[in-house]
Amino acid sequence: MALSGLEIYKLLPKTNCKKCGFQTCLAFAMQLAKKAVPIDKCPFVAPDVRVILEQASQPAIRLVEIGSGDNKVSVGNETVVFRHEEKFHHPSAIGFLLEDDASDAELNRALDEISKLQFERVGQNIKVDLIALRQKSGKDMFLAALSKIKKVVKLGIVLMPASLDTLKAALEFCGEERPLVYCSDAALLDSFAGVCKERRLPLAFRKPDMNGFSEQTKRFTQQGFSDIVLDIAQNSTSERLWQLTQARRSAVKKGERSLGFPTMAIVETGDEYQAMVQAAAYVTKYASIIILRSRKPEYILPLLTLRQNIFTDPQKPLQVEPNVYTVGTAGEKSPVLITTNFSLTYYTVLGEIEASRIPAYLICVDTEGMSVLTAWAAEKFTPERIADTLIRFELGRIVKHKNLIIPGYVAMMSGDLEEKSGWKIFVGPREAAGISSYLKNL
Amino acid sequence: MAEELRSQQMYGLRVHELKLGATREEGGSRSKVFKIGNQAAMPFLFKEGEIPYAPIIAAEVYDVPDDDWPQSLAEDLKGVSKNPVDWAAMMAEDAGADLVCLKLQGIHPDFGDKNSKDAGSLATALLKRVKTPLIILGCGQGDKDNEVLPYVSEVTKGERLLFGCVVQENYKTLTAACIADGHNIIAESPIDVNIAKQLNILISDIGMPQDRIAINPTIGALGYGLEYAYSIMERARSAALSGDKMLAMPFICFVGQEAWRAKEARVSEAESPLWGNARERGVMWEAMTAIAMLQAGADILTMRHPKAIKIVKAAIAELMKR
Ligand code: SF4
Repeated sequence: MALSGLEIYKLLPKTNCKKCGFQTCLAFAMQLAKKAVPIDKCPFVAPDVRVILEQASQPAIRLVEIGSGDNKVSVGNETVVFRHEEKFHHPSAIGFLLEDDASDAELNRALDEISKLQFERVGQNIKVDLIALRQKSGKDMFLAALSKIKKVVKLGIVLMPASLDTLKAALEFCGEERPLVYCSDAALLDSFAGVCKERRLPLAFRKPDMNGFSEQTKRFTQQGFSDIVLDIAQNSTSERLWQLTQARRSAVKKGERSLGFPTMAIVETGDEYQAMVQAAAYVTKYASIIILRSRKPEYILPLLTLRQNIFTDPQKPLQVEPNVYTVGTAGEKSPVLITTNFSLTYYTVLGEIEASRIPAYLICVDTEGMSVLTAWAAEKFTPERIADTLIRFELGRIVKHKNLIIPGYVAMMSGDLEEKSGWKIFVGPREAAGISSYLKNL
Repeated sequence: MAEELRSQQMYGLRVHELKLGATREEGGSRSKVFKIGNQAAMPFLFKEGEIPYAPIIAAEVYDVPDDDWPQSLAEDLKGVSKNPVDWAAMMAEDAGADLVCLKLQGIHPDFGDKNSKDAGSLATALLKRVKTPLIILGCGQGDKDNEVLPYVSEVTKGERLLFGCVVQENYKTLTAACIADGHNIIAESPIDVNIAKQLNILISDIGMPQDRIAINPTIGALGYGLEYAYSIMERARSAALSGDKMLAMPFICFVGQEAWRAKEARVSEAESPLWGNARERGVMWEAMTAIAMLQAGADILTMRHPKAIKIVKAAIAELMKR
């Protein structure tokens, strides 16, 4: 956990000798806290203090990387319990559980379905991240399934072998990729860890409770191995949420290093609906990796959308650049609509204009990413600003009319806006859903 | 064995306990009544504090049929959607909703302009048909709501229902009626902790007991601003448990009405083949919106699709295992 300037100051020599280039030890400490200077600038820091400072500068939750190149997924490195305290940094990686005893046809179908699970939402590509392969048969079957997976899909891989022999063979197969190794057999944990340490691969394992994880991770870190993922066991959903919360909170609030690792939840609940809503709960509460069986797009799209929502930076709503956007083959007679630059608003309005198949211009006013009503209340979507925007984007040169369609929610500004801009104002529908029929009836 | 490694958050205050519905002995006629709130911990963290009551689900029922439903809703509620009494009975008896939320859309000048008598007799008919308490919502047009809702409050006097919504600019009329008739009230704020608190203060200043107020934080659907209300609720609830009485009210989240406006809940499979089965997608859109709100602290969810209600009911049962 990061130390404050004052806490660092207490550990410095307090001689104010100025060798570091600062007037006082305190000034140096303050810069250290901001990570603006390296600790080496002070030649008098005691070795044990140096260790403390270096540890404190590590993130509370370790960053673990799975896969390589385009398939790389990073998890962990979280800093807060509630997203409003800062933001959640790395979206939960979503993956699918496959088993090597599946028939060729089943496996092909699964991979085909999984490879289609990517969607475009508010200007972002949202997609699934991982495939987990669990060994249920012999080594050859496992390797055959693995080779097929690698051929068909480009996703990070979670290896769940049942023996050290299979693990080693599978790793030969994976080459430069960095799969996440999963150990499901406590008796194999040390040998798996040995392999992972040597090859610098992340390892996930399960323990019944926080103490179990803590003891194990302490042992591993002492041996110099810390690419660890904590697999929180399947109990009741509330117990699993409790443990996920415990790991997160202990690490970021109490600086408990032995629990400062990404977490994982494997959802094997038989009822598909319940499995999906459980996964949704783990997206909101602290699972860095979620492994599922269901891969129906009608379920995965909502899950990925939830992840997109929860992992949006609360301080920076997704924005689009303020501009005039051309929809279809718009010309000088096409209608002009105006809205805010909050990306959700923009993409919703854009989608509806496109659906109407009527070419148009859509102006995005810079409202600092606020939606229509919020921006209006915060005086970022005012007649003055809109009038300025019309001039700045030279609308007079783009169209040969002076008719402007504004969102229904700000109907009250029509008169004022008409006066300030000299444009004739038309009040559009309140909800984007009404735009298409509105345009058709113009 | 070493002591258990734990990071426990202990709070000083509980959420207020709100009672919904009055039995015959209590001066009403409900045979099913509920208590919500009174928890001393963040959602489902039983080891940190008592969470005595499970969140409940109210089925959204409209007094006038909505002709803008996506196909799945239209099909699955076919046969009842034109008759609010049958609709309410079906949701409470077959779909497993805990109670019924009647939205008086039809009193709106643009959607039927029904009068107080219409609304009052519908509310009484519903009370006769179902055993559960009701949530009764106006049409959102201030003047008309102020005319109709106090009348409905009066004809349902003593049933301890939940009326809404009042807002900062218009809270006095309905609040006064609910105080007089023994009902609870929903205070609506636009995704803003400060306004939520301010409105609760205003409402209690004119005499409404704090344990008869529910907060409507104005949620957005999954994919449509859900994260704003999510964080507002977490902030308000943390503040409440840490001692802010004026935020310590249960939350009501209007899940169904929001979720079913989402494009992803409406578009057919033919239009968007990559999005999969439209009916299941809509149901899951509503269910996941509900699940996120539960994790943020919702005490009452209003929901629309019978299947989504069943899924979320089962999820609540699982989440309440301690
Ligand atoms: S070099 Fe070290 S001891 Fe000297 S002033 Fe800087 S921090 Fe203090």
